[in-house]
Amino acid sequence: MKTEDKDETNEDWVACIARIRDHQDRAAFAVLFQHFAPRVKAFLMRSGTDAALAEECAQDVMATLWQKAHLFDPARASAATWIFTIARNRKIDALRKQQRPEPEDLPWGPEAEPDQADALALQQETAQLGAAIAALPDKQRVLIEKAYFGDLSHSEIADETGLPLGTIKSRIRLALDRLRHAMK
Amino acid sequence: MTDTIHHHLTDPLLMAYSAGTLPEAFSMVVAAHVSMCDECRARLGSFDAIGGSLIDGAETVAMADDSLGATLARIEAGATAEPPAPRKRRRGVLPGPVQDYVGGNLDAVKWRPVGMGVKQAILPTSRDASARLLYIPAGAAVPDHGHNGTELTLVLQGAFEDESDRFGVGDVEVADDSMEHTPVADIGQDCICLAATDAPLRFRGLLPRLAQPFLRI
Repeated sequence: MKTEDKDETNEDWVACIARIRDHQDRAAFAVLFQHFAPRVKAFLMRSGTDAALAEECAQDVMATLWQKAHLFDPARASAATWIFTIARNRKIDALRKQQRPEPEDLPWGPEAEPDQADALALQQETAQLGAAIAALPDKQRVLIEKAYFGDLSHSEIADETGLPLGTIKSRIRLALDRLRHAMK
Repeated sequence: MTDTIHHHLTDPLLMAYSAGTLPEAFSMVVAAHVSMCDECRARLGSFDAIGGSLIDGAETVAMADDSLGATLARIEAGATAEPPAPRKRRRGVLPGPVQDYVGGNLDAVKWRPVGMGVKQAILPTSRDASARLLYIPAGAAVPDHGHNGTELTLVLQGAFEDESDRFGVGDVEVADDSMEHTPVADIGQDCICLAATDAPLRFRGLLPRLAQPFLRI
């Protein structure tokens, strides 16, 4: 098992989650923890959480990953996306002290096993999306990051950056257009 | 149902819901619409994927020294945690996320009359925005009003028309502060909507304005 996380892909993370689900595998958990916990902690701190609370919440998020490993479906989301949604929900709970209304789940068919072809297609899309975000012009990427990580509405981003609201909206729109184009 | 939805959520709304920055009342409308609309469910999945890519590519902050051990201890202590209840599709006019706030379906709603046959029920959310169910008798109008902020209106039963368009079951109208409108319910069926706003509505006539504090809309 690799300890360096630089070369690991979504496929590796998915395998780790499966080992946690099937064998309560602590080594697999340690690999996921090493990669994701510091990222979740950074995400929470950028949203305005102090270091102590961010540490505690990041541990919560990783513990939730263990407990909900059986609910993860690699045909529907990448490991990073799934962990992002857990971290986001923890943030809303801890920081904003609000409930988060969630959509109803789709009624699923009889197949119990995730579709391998779907999971593979999703791996490729995940890599593609990551590359497309990295390739965005800085001005656009920074605003998308602020919208996700800064816990800011568009008008709060306007206050913080001094940019007019219209400029912020149009840059975010341009960024989304680019991402859509890259994903075609 | 999805094929008959013509008015969808905007990108900024879906992105803010994915990022977790919307007021609770707006999140309720988004969750309710996504429960009814496969297209917006798929778009929401894309916005979640952007969040996933950002967190994967983001900077890191070192965890405390004993962090992994502490987390494993936490897992062992909480190993019997109840699995969360699946959010199954529920029958009835109200989508699941709305039923959670009402405590049941339509028959559990505590309607209060607001005049001319229109009824409303305010749902308990955080105070940065408010959510309410509106009951508009077939053919009746909601008083002409403009908006100070953003108002989202999701049709759950029947349909309404205003100056801009017609809205049927599953359609969501996104109105900003530039809009003045008079929604009128379709003849044929009473109209039920979920509406959320981040500012009090301002009515144009004198009487509705006086009544506003009582109605809390």
